[in-house]
Amino acid sequence: MKQIKTIAIKEFKDYFISPVAYIVISLFLIVTGWFFFSTFFIFDRADLRDFFSLLPIIFSFIIPAVTMRLFSEEKNIGSYEILLTMPLSFTDIALGKFFAATMFTASMLIPTLSYPLFISLIGQVDPGPVIGGYIGSVFLAAAYCSLGIFASSLTRNQIVAFIIGTALCFTLTILDKLLFFMPSAILPVIEFIGASSHFATISKGIIDSRDILYFVSVVFISIFSTYIVMHEKN
Amino acid sequence: MIEVKNLTKYYKNFCAVNNISITIRKGEILGLLGPNGAGKTTTLRMLTGYLRPSSGTIHVNDFNMPEDVLKIKSLIGYLPESAPLYHNMLVYDYLDYVARIKGIEDKEARYDRFLKLSDLCGLSGIMDKPIGNLSKGLKQRVGLAHAMMTNPEILILDEPTSGLDPNQIAEIRSIIKSIGKEKTIIFSTHILSEAEATCDRIAIINNGRVVADDTTLNLKKRVQADSLIRLSLKGADKENALSLLKSIDPMLDVEAVKPSEEDLISFEIQSSGDQDFRSEIYLKIKETDWIIVQLAKESQALEKIFRELTREVA
Repeated sequence: MKQIKTIAIKEFKDYFISPVAYIVISLFLIVTGWFFFSTFFIFDRADLRDFFSLLPIIFSFIIPAVTMRLFSEEKNIGSYEILLTMPLSFTDIALGKFFAATMFTASMLIPTLSYPLFISLIGQVDPGPVIGGYIGSVFLAAAYCSLGIFASSLTRNQIVAFIIGTALCFTLTILDKLLFFMPSAILPVIEFIGASSHFATISKGIIDSRDILYFVSVVFISIFSTYIVMHEKN
Repeated sequence: MIEVKNLTKYYKNFCAVNNISITIRKGEILGLLGPNGAGKTTTLRMLTGYLRPSSGTIHVNDFNMPEDVLKIKSLIGYLPESAPLYHNMLVYDYLDYVARIKGIEDKEARYDRFLKLSDLCGLSGIMDKPIGNLSKGLKQRVGLAHAMMTNPEILILDEPTSGLDPNQIAEIRSIIKSIGKEKTIIFSTHILSEAEATCDRIAIINNGRVVADDTTLNLKKRVQADSLIRLSLKGADKENALSLLKSIDPMLDVEAVKPSEEDLISFEIQSSGDQDFRSEIYLKIKETDWIIVQLAKESQALEKIFRELTREVA
């Protein structure tokens, strides 16, 4: 447990040592800010529904960029060898990196808290969906981070890790929009696999154990796959 | 201490390490020698638990690989080849991170350890520098400090002196010798003189097999060693000296080399087997008015063994 914490803190600090963190955070804020506020006054609604409906798509590009270096960079410069020969289990390493990435994404969301503050000045905001939305965002971020880490563990090339990660996250994001093409027998299954519907429920302010279970399962499956990849590659 | 049995590693169809068995006793300095690509690094990586063997067993103390891999890892300090460290971290931050992971919880204890290590490895001036800005030798020292963080019983060093300047090589060797008095050290190298100077025992690996495994002295006794006689003369001229040496034995392999001082003439004379021409050379030169400044014999036993053992299979 201590080992996981040590790795998580080290990886989290690492983001802020290099310029990557600042670039990714700025990019995230510019993109969300632009998409959200460009239509905000047209719709004339004091809520964050548009912000949260955009989040899965934006996350599926931003988060793989955050996680791509976690394993690939280590493999590329060779420090992976040092990491693996210290008294750490594969699970410690994978979970430590996962928590660092999730913490980083969560801290990326902190500046966006100014949106509801700002909106509450000019209109009546219902706190339920906003709080639910932020809780859902953290779950969504955790799920996508675990997928990104899995992608990063597959290759030593960060670009490849980014592309695989984006492909995985994007697939989960748009899966429920592709239901049209699926045979009707497996429709409920496919819909359950897609991330958007689960996120949408939470961000309406409804916290359903099925949705929580969904995100926890995605994290579990991805981290477990990462573990298998690490095990098979050594 | 460490017992390796029938260790084999395949990369796809390529056999990098083929049925290696070695036993290493406590307090021994073992040198793994071998040409490039012989399987030294792969062997060390399996010992440290970085790679999984395709077959074979590794026992360290009472622990078995792979069940007790975490316990074995905490017994071993490992310096990989060319010390791949995190480039964006400061040396102090890095050591702090390693100390935490290796379970030195107490802040005071960590600080004490850093002081000792910075003394031992010469890190005092670079604690506040990013690792990426350090020269190769300094990185190697940080890597060594990493390996010795918890004062482990076993140190495994993969080519610890490669790419270093002569001062740094001498320093690393002296560190190895000083810690080798109480610790078990395994290190790989392809520099023969280094193995000869620092190891108690040498294992020569070629094409993934152990082709020789013995103490340094025994290994040298195994062959009719070639030797090299170094001769430096004062007050002689090259032509006459050469013809004089040839008069001892026309087949003598004499080569004039660059002298170490200006008014000297230097030769290197190869002799094979147990022939020793030193007395003949001395007697011949005594007849002239030249002065012998140097007349020394160097045994090339290790070179010969190495060449024979690594060539016959190739």
